[in-house]
Amino acid sequence: MSNAQIEIQLIASLVAIACAIPGTFLVLRKMAMISDAISHSILPGIVVGFFITQDLNSPLLILLAALTGVITVVLVERIQKTGLVKEDTAIGLVFPALFSIGVIMIAKNANDVHLDVDAVLLGELAFAPFDRLFISGTDVGPKSLWIIGSILVITVGLLIAFFKELKVSTFDAGLAASLGFSPALIHYGLMTVSSVTTVGAFDAVGAILVVALMIAPAASAYLLTTDLKKMLGLAIVFGVLSAISGYWFAHWLDASIAGSITTMLGVLFLIMYLFAPSKGLIAVIYREKQQRIEVSLLTFLLHLRNHDDERERHVNHLNEHINWQKVRSKTVLDLALKNNMIDINNKIVSLTSKGDEFTSQAIDYIITNEDAQIEDMKDDFFLFRG
Amino acid sequence: MEQKIAVKVDDLTVAYNYKPVLWDIDLEIPEGVLMAIVGPNGAGKSTLIKAILGILKPIAGSVSIYEKPYEKQRSLVAYVPQKGSVDWDFPTTALDVVMMGTYGSLGWIKRPGQKEKKAALEALEKVGMLPFKSRQISQLSGGQQQRIFLARALVQDASIYFMDEPFQGVDATTEIAIINILKELRKAGKTVIVVHHDLQTVPEYFDWVTFLNVKKIATGPVKDIFNDDNLTKTYGINYKVSIQE
Repeated sequence: MSNAQIEIQLIASLVAIACAIPGTFLVLRKMAMISDAISHSILPGIVVGFFITQDLNSPLLILLAALTGVITVVLVERIQKTGLVKEDTAIGLVFPALFSIGVIMIAKNANDVHLDVDAVLLGELAFAPFDRLFISGTDVGPKSLWIIGSILVITVGLLIAFFKELKVSTFDAGLAASLGFSPALIHYGLMTVSSVTTVGAFDAVGAILVVALMIAPAASAYLLTTDLKKMLGLAIVFGVLSAISGYWFAHWLDASIAGSITTMLGVLFLIMYLFAPSKGLIAVIYREKQQRIEVSLLTFLLHLRNHDDERERHVNHLNEHINWQKVRSKTVLDLALKNNMIDINNKIVSLTSKGDEFTSQAIDYIITNEDAQIEDMKDDFFLFRG
Repeated sequence: MEQKIAVKVDDLTVAYNYKPVLWDIDLEIPEGVLMAIVGPNGAGKSTLIKAILGILKPIAGSVSIYEKPYEKQRSLVAYVPQKGSVDWDFPTTALDVVMMGTYGSLGWIKRPGQKEKKAALEALEKVGMLPFKSRQISQLSGGQQQRIFLARALVQDASIYFMDEPFQGVDATTEIAIINILKELRKAGKTVIVVHHDLQTVPEYFDWVTFLNVKKIATGPVKDIFNDDNLTKTYGINYKVSIQE
């Protein structure tokens, strides 16, 4: 690997981490679309900032552009507050307007600004190593690396300092307010961090990938864990994995790095969506199938309990009586036998004491809907796992 | 003996988009009562609590907790929001939610430690939820979720408790468990204020009641003012409740 290759992967990974942190909270706050709005509407901020500073990597430009991001959020909230349109409509109104102002400004000043619309949308990660930072004449690495590195250090610092505040205001803004942690302050803090990160990552990965890096790793992590810290950790790991694998995918295809990283993010999410152990599609389908069988089991056990008459409890008659096909009857019969809930003597089925007890408890649960009674049963049966 | 006033509301008016939802409310809640706030949907019951707690900004009026503004008395107050106001799919456990009750006394930046964890576990024990401490909150039933919220308020060890419909969507056992805890709080000299929907249970559960419908209709001891006259004034129709003796 050449130095440039290592630098590109390092920049992409740092961008991924810096995006995953605010992204996790945006996903939990159901504000994913806000990051899309911010990433587009900071464009006029970048252009104006460039006119003033004449340097795409100036911290002033980053702050100016980030301010446009925060203004976007405020505008969206203002429009929404009028009650005339819903939030998604407000977002759809604000960011194309601001973005198009940026596009026009670039087009009008194309000769002065070395920004073009392609670069804005997809970034120029491949060129990032060429723009170097010199400190008193010494080459200390690509400018992008320093910029995103600084942003990441600040983001991590804020995360560690305000983790508790972020958590409580995200989960329960009312409680946060009553405890004296201003949810508005935390909200705008998060919006500012998201905006600064977006601007810092913009030059490297462009407006579209920034959104993908904020949302996809967090959304994938959300499917895997029920712990906020683990969700943050997984989001970071997924972001970095996609960044590095995406780079090599692009290398192999000789295609856009930003596009490849985004593809990897999509693939990763698809895998989690299908295979996540408890929230994944396959797990859900499996669970529903189990639940169907268990409802059948319960129906069957109840039938046994309600009928003393041997004729009603003969194996062959059961098929007809409960009106099931052979396969289903057999599955249910096997399940009941396996759990020692029934005895079969001379083809006459009867409940065991365990089966009887289980049936009563299950009926009680269904009638009263009280969880405490079935805690012990939860391990054996999917039906009661909610 | 003059009873201390725990919460005092003066000329409080709250509006959403310039439409008043609470109009000129004066209210004095004496220390040590277990009070229900009743009124029809849209009467502003939740809004009143939120305005007292500074979650909503009133357009007029003032609130004091033991004669001082709420901002100075936060540590004396615990709040249980409506269960439906939060996302129960949030990635966290029952214990962690209860720990959030300790954040107020910690203040900004400081993290909860062993002392806070111990307090949270005790509160979970009190509401009978200790066996569920590590469970993800979406895996709890509605009644269990409400108990978690109650535990979170208990851990704040406050003097005044505000609860927004704590009995909504809970089973009968949980309802009894909750009201018993509230009665214990009152016995310990705490003031408990509950937004309540079920008029039938008011005389059984509470000793103080406030009738609210945008304006305050009446406030006082249940035995004196919980009558058909006030119910009719509040609900606007000829309302009759058989009061159990």
